[in-house]
Amino acid sequence: MAEEKPEKKKIDLKRRSMPKQNEWERIKNFDEVALGYPIQVAVEEAARCLQCKKPLCNQGCPVGIDIPGFIKCIVDGDFGSGVRKIKETNALPAICGRVCPQEEQCEKTCVLSKKEAPIAIGRLERFLADLEAAEGKIEVPKMASKTGRKVAIVGAGPAGVTVANDLIILGHDVTIYEALHECGGVLMYGIPEFRLPKAIVNREVDYVRSLGVKIYTDFVVGKTRTVDALLKEFDAIFVGSGAGLPWFMEIPGENLNGVYSANEYLTRVNLMKGFRFPEFKTPVKRPSRVAVVGGGNVAMDSARTAVRLGADEVHLVYRRSRTELPARAEEAENAEEEGVIFDLLTLPIRLIGDERGWIKQMECLKMELGEPDSSGRRKPIPVEGSNFIVAFDAVVIAIGNSPNPLIPMTTPGLEISKKGGIVTNPDTARTSRPNIWAGGDIVRGAATVISAMGDGRIAAASMHKFLTNQEQP
Amino acid sequence: MYKIIERRMIAPNLHEFTVLAPAVAAAAKPGNFVIVRPDQYGERIPLSVADWDGEAGTVTSIFMQVGQSTARLARLKPGDTIPTFVGPLGKETVIENVGTVLCVGGCYGIGSIFPVARALKEAGNRVYTVIEARSSFLLYWEDRLSKVSDKLFVITRDGTKGLKGHIDKIPELMQRAGIVPNLVIVNGCTFQMMRVSQVTKPLAWKTIVNMNPIMIDGTGMCGVCRLSVGGKMKFACVDGPDFDGHEIDWAEFLARRKSYNPEEVDPLRRSGCQSHF
Repeated sequence: MAEEKPEKKKIDLKRRSMPKQNEWERIKNFDEVALGYPIQVAVEEAARCLQCKKPLCNQGCPVGIDIPGFIKCIVDGDFGSGVRKIKETNALPAICGRVCPQEEQCEKTCVLSKKEAPIAIGRLERFLADLEAAEGKIEVPKMASKTGRKVAIVGAGPAGVTVANDLIILGHDVTIYEALHECGGVLMYGIPEFRLPKAIVNREVDYVRSLGVKIYTDFVVGKTRTVDALLKEFDAIFVGSGAGLPWFMEIPGENLNGVYSANEYLTRVNLMKGFRFPEFKTPVKRPSRVAVVGGGNVAMDSARTAVRLGADEVHLVYRRSRTELPARAEEAENAEEEGVIFDLLTLPIRLIGDERGWIKQMECLKMELGEPDSSGRRKPIPVEGSNFIVAFDAVVIAIGNSPNPLIPMTTPGLEISKKGGIVTNPDTARTSRPNIWAGGDIVRGAATVISAMGDGRIAAASMHKFLTNQEQP
Repeated sequence: MYKIIERRMIAPNLHEFTVLAPAVAAAAKPGNFVIVRPDQYGERIPLSVADWDGEAGTVTSIFMQVGQSTARLARLKPGDTIPTFVGPLGKETVIENVGTVLCVGGCYGIGSIFPVARALKEAGNRVYTVIEARSSFLLYWEDRLSKVSDKLFVITRDGTKGLKGHIDKIPELMQRAGIVPNLVIVNGCTFQMMRVSQVTKPLAWKTIVNMNPIMIDGTGMCGVCRLSVGGKMKFACVDGPDFDGHEIDWAEFLARRKSYNPEEVDPLRRSGCQSHF
């Protein structure tokens, strides 16, 4: 059968699209927008992979998944092996397949991206994870024998869950302390149901729990017990306490009623399920004219949430141009399809309230792009005299957040950056204190789920060395 | 799940609420609050701590039934459970020996000022306490407060006990007793904290208020509890809840405090005590 010289396979440049809910339907519900590949389409998409001898895609993955390996399994129809291969390095495939910015990572380095048709790696990852869950045969990996070493993890978000997964497999005793009443961190309170169904987050957290990880919710490390108190009981601690206080623009009127941080707005809707008020008791306003300030994924999530809560008009107000939008292209497209109006090159300078203290109008300036700034993007410059006032009855500010202040405030001796994050060695994720590691938003400020998981992977490796006394002196 | 040890109405609409939460009880300090969720559909609401027992592992708060969440809490019986009881949150009240301290409590704050007064007394201060209510039947814990205070003063608006009048009679009351406090600490409804701050400002009596904004996570993430203090944006859950009452933008705070009234309170408004919200 094997040919001496295989016939050169014609490269298939037709990237398979994934079915989505129609925009006119989805703006009326909170169900997931992207519906996932059917088996046949997944196999076709996987078959496009060139199986490069020296693959570049893995190098773009912060957790180093064997991407050609799991894609080959799909082509072969061996889906079980495929998902096992992913789980060797990624405990949360159903989540990463949905929310990773693949176009900036694995799909960017895929050789076919030169032809503008990279393999849809994220969709295939999601396909395998969802198929495994649908079949209900979740496999538990091979576990190392118990080491007797105890690890505490602060925060059940993507960083903490990754560390927990890696260290429990290596035989350590792992306990997670979560401040909120649900696990998942930003996956639960931040990313909306229509982009990442909460059942999937629960499923992946339950998987890690099934490996033997103990999880305590309603436990605020730094307040209920300090890190130092925990260190009397645990050999090492990983801090993944995540995002902290939202940033505001420092313009007049930001404390008016009807002005929300994206954290508040999304937490009301996602964690507290305010979109189902009054069945769920946390209220969320349903204003008719909403402005969302910012251009990242959180801004897109907020704008699309406002659409679903029944707003007549939702404006995304961003000070640079469309090309500089930090959000994933896919999310910006979804937002546009759902009717979000993009007010680009626009800078809010004042929020104006009514006599009862509610937001009524927003004053903005038009901007133009100048020379590139330190971020490499062209710097927005105000156009003099271009002020204008628009009526809004809600403004959501989605311009980022600082790291959570509780652990830095209550843990002496921990080196903290000017921006309030915990300083770590990027090669080990270790902090200035020898038995404390940290990763995710508590180190980076507002970053991505996968970068938090990447930090978790690095921390787990370093912690394992420490716990098994393999460290170089 | 957290077990309810006690829930009883100690004055009309005011409930004493004791929950088994050993980890919280072991760490609680004066001025802290907890976040409570009455049931799995419930919202997260902050309650100031009024007492705790580290050995028994219990934490006590006083809450006023005003909205739908507190209405649900008010229906709980000993032995029932609630899904969320997390804390202690917020910075604790600074306890130092400053000489003479005036503690002021109203509404649920008659409860939460108690551990503040107790700690200040233990720190060696002369502690004078003023509690205020519309009428004497709305007072509680007078015996407990008396024990930790050098003197307990009462103000009622209808004059059924103590001095007749509003909380802004405090300067008059202190003048008559010949007391000049080095520090005033107020726990109570927003209106009371604002009025006390307004009357102590011209007298230059340093006044600390234990703020009570709307909160969700209570751990420095959502930003709903923001307020203006000295012209700067502060977050009550991590920067407070204690702030200098003379520096707070009260009009803004009152407006923010009421932002969910239509959803929360109006359907349940019974007490007629609108200024307490």
